Amino acid sequence: MGETGESRALSAELVAQTVYDAVVRCAVGLREDVRAAIERAAEGEHAPRARAVLGQMIENAQVAREDGVPLCQDTGTVWVRLEAGWELSVPGNALSLVDDAVARAYADARLRMSVVRDAVFDRSNTADNTPAFCDVALRPGCGATVHVMLKGGGSDNASRVVMLPPGEGAAGVRRVVLECVREKAANACPPLVIGVGAGSTFDKVGGLAKRALLRPIGSPAATPETAAFEQKLLRAVNATGIGPAALGGQTTALAVHLETAPCHIAALPVAVNMGCCAMRSASIELIPWGDEQ
Amino acid sequence: MTKPIDVPLPADRALLATLQAGQEVRLTGPVYTMRDAGHARALAALRESGRLPYDLAGQTLFYAGPTPSAAGRPLGSVGPTTASRMDFAAPALMDAGVAACIGKGKRSAEVVEACVRNKAVYFAAVGGIAALLAKHVSASETVAWEDLGTEALRRLQLEGFPCFVAVDACGTDLYRAVEQGIPLS
Repeated sequence: MGETGESRALSAELVAQTVYDAVVRCAVGLREDVRAAIERAAEGEHAPRARAVLGQMIENAQVAREDGVPLCQDTGTVWVRLEAGWELSVPGNALSLVDDAVARAYADARLRMSVVRDAVFDRSNTADNTPAFCDVALRPGCGATVHVMLKGGGSDNASRVVMLPPGEGAAGVRRVVLECVREKAANACPPLVIGVGAGSTFDKVGGLAKRALLRPIGSPAATPETAAFEQKLLRAVNATGIGPAALGGQTTALAVHLETAPCHIAALPVAVNMGCCAMRSASIELIPWGDEQ
Repeated sequence: MTKPIDVPLPADRALLATLQAGQEVRLTGPVYTMRDAGHARALAALRESGRLPYDLAGQTLFYAGPTPSAAGRPLGSVGPTTASRMDFAAPALMDAGVAACIGKGKRSAEVVEACVRNKAVYFAAVGGIAALLAKHVSASETVAWEDLGTEALRRLQLEGFPCFVAVDACGTDLYRAVEQGIPLS
């Protein structure tokens, strides 16, 4: 690391190695906050089927960890977000190295190759699970964080973006989420972590919803107003009775996480990104952000 | 909840007809993995020849794409994928002889009608527990469509594989009962 005033460098190789390690770890290890939330939910369920299903999810996490096999056969597409301080330089082609790391990780850890070459014109498998789907964001300071998510197809397919008229307000956001849950939760492997984005633009709001999934369950929301909205919506989601595996029960979701943002005076973009009961993600701080953010 | 019902495969139609939506079952015997791309190929083969390919008549389809062998098991992890994506082909395959299928999530009205018409059953397995489910698979062999990778047609041998009856041969639908708050067994 350089002295004050010099540009500090973040090694592209370090970013790629971090992605490799995170992919291998996430595929077999359930996020600790998700596991703890499933355990708490199991204690609160009365329906025998719901209790049995949640018990199987806890047992599954144990088998996956002990045997080093994937939690879910859908080991997903890889989503990577690099957040780098604008005082950093990242020499080299980090994104290409990330793709190399993904290909190696999927082969070495014996994960499933689930990516086709083109959505419409060539649905042949790329056979190495690349490309990864990457975001790069600049932030104030000189820290660096890598977020990695292995996103299953079932839960992403159960997600949506809706452009509401602003007059619908918070009630509209709530309606979109509840409709999405009623129509699609059964396909998304509940109990869910429900990521909700509201604001920004048509293309950005999905990213807000996806990033909401990274937040640990039980961690504080951005504002008390957000926290109250999330809690009330979670209660409404769980009142549907859809339950674990959509086979009935009171735990349809473990958490609702909302990220809001500015937007056009005419707009209220809303996105719902479903996270499944085997939510796999990791956030790794490579360079501390200190007090500068 | 009562003790799970053992269902040997290939499924006996008379036994299938006695199963009721909501019942927990344990499947033992051969099943064939088939997903999106496989369904398109099977449907094309059926339309061309008038028959199911690879002797699938009377068999059970498992909507799944496994991970490679690991931990001394034939598959590292295997679990159900979303069944509704196969709804475009499922009624035709059932009419041609497929006796049962395993997946997750709700089916279309056409699939429920095809279950009734053919005395076929849709079993739901729990999504997201594929490490655990793989312990109930004792053998795996690729039958066809190797070019599809994980989507290849594979014959798996199940051993007490845990499922629930989601749509029974009378057309009772567990997912819809749950949605409507109707208690089933």
